[in-house]
Amino acid sequence: MSVAILRQGGVLIASIQSDLSDTEVIDLRRRLAELVGTDGARGIVIDVGALDVIDSFVTRALRAIVLTARLRGAETIIVGIAPDVAIAMVQFRLNLEPLRVALDLDEALAMLHDR
Amino acid sequence: MDQEHETADRSPEASGDGELLQQLVAYLRENRTRLREEWAQRISDAELLQVMSDEEIFSEATEVYDNYVDALETGSVENLQAYARELSERIIPRGVETDEVLGIVLLLRDVLARSLFAHYQQDLGLLDRILDAYEPAANRIAVTVGVSFVEERERVINEQQDAIRELSTPVLQVRDRLLILPIIGVLDTPRARQLTEQLLGAIRDNRATVVVIDITGVATIDETVANHLVQAVEASRLMGASTILTGLSPDIAQTLVDLGVDLGMMKTVGDLQGGLEEAERLAGYRAGDANT
Repeated sequence: MSVAILRQGGVLIASIQSDLSDTEVIDLRRRLAELVGTDGARGIVIDVGALDVIDSFVTRALRAIVLTARLRGAETIIVGIAPDVAIAMVQFRLNLEPLRVALDLDEALAMLHDR
Repeated sequence: MDQEHETADRSPEASGDGELLQQLVAYLRENRTRLREEWAQRISDAELLQVMSDEEIFSEATEVYDNYVDALETGSVENLQAYARELSERIIPRGVETDEVLGIVLLLRDVLARSLFAHYQQDLGLLDRILDAYEPAANRIAVTVGVSFVEERERVINEQQDAIRELSTPVLQVRDRLLILPIIGVLDTPRARQLTEQLLGAIRDNRATVVVIDITGVATIDETVANHLVQAVEASRLMGASTILTGLSPDIAQTLVDLGVDLGMMKTVGDLQGGLEEAERLAGYRAGDANT
């Protein structure tokens, strides 16, 4: 399992450690949907810093996670998109709307605490 | 280069191009002083290399002459090529043009051919064979020198382009986590791409939350470049920074509208001052939030 989900206060932190297979992406989505909303988890931070590529499948899965979490009453923030990955995503017109992004974990936690 | 006055073997029966060439080289070495002076004289008569003094022309002419004769003798243009590069490196900054360099090499070719003619005119058969040996080698030398000069110019131009590119896209930090990217000059695709990379790198390194891109100094913009700008802004957003575009000239603003570039998601402010105020408001707002 390449994604560890940690809990810090009311925030779930999913740190992706290597490129994900499609099944792993679906598995992550399912686990997050289960965890969020239980025990007062009101925010999710997904760290994609280890991903060399973010393709349309991953983008769609991330959006699905955001929307699912929202339905369960939690906010999701994506962090750690690398410069080359950002350029590639823009060029392939992969739109992360309505995702919120932050530069790093600190930033994301600050954004969630502000809420 | 001091192979002075070797005795020439001038047997008119000499046969074979190699031998003829040896004979030719020996003749040219023997008459080095005279031919060199004649050449230098022709150069000043033709008003070439006017940026250089007569003494300089004469000393360069000596070097070129010796290298030229060596290249004729060995048939290898490598030394001459190296010398031509080095010479070009010295004279290009002084404004010597390509036509002048080609001019002087062709003049040397003429001077030598003329002197060979004068020397061998008694024996037209031999002259014919001497010229057969001389001409291809001389043409090859002329091409080598010309190409070396042009290559050196291109190298200088490329270097300058790189230097301009380096200089022209600074990313400045004005406040904590607030960057300015002033763009001045022509924005073409390679530069727009480089700019995007620098911007994203700077956002990561400085943990920037707001970036102001100022294009007051950009005169025109085309569709490709406009799209690059939009992409730069979107990519910065993916890295968690908001971008404000300032200083769009009336021309650029109209062009963008005419091109139908989608600037909907871009925040634009009239001038840099307004952009900075807006940026501070954004950053300050966030900072204030983080402290509560």
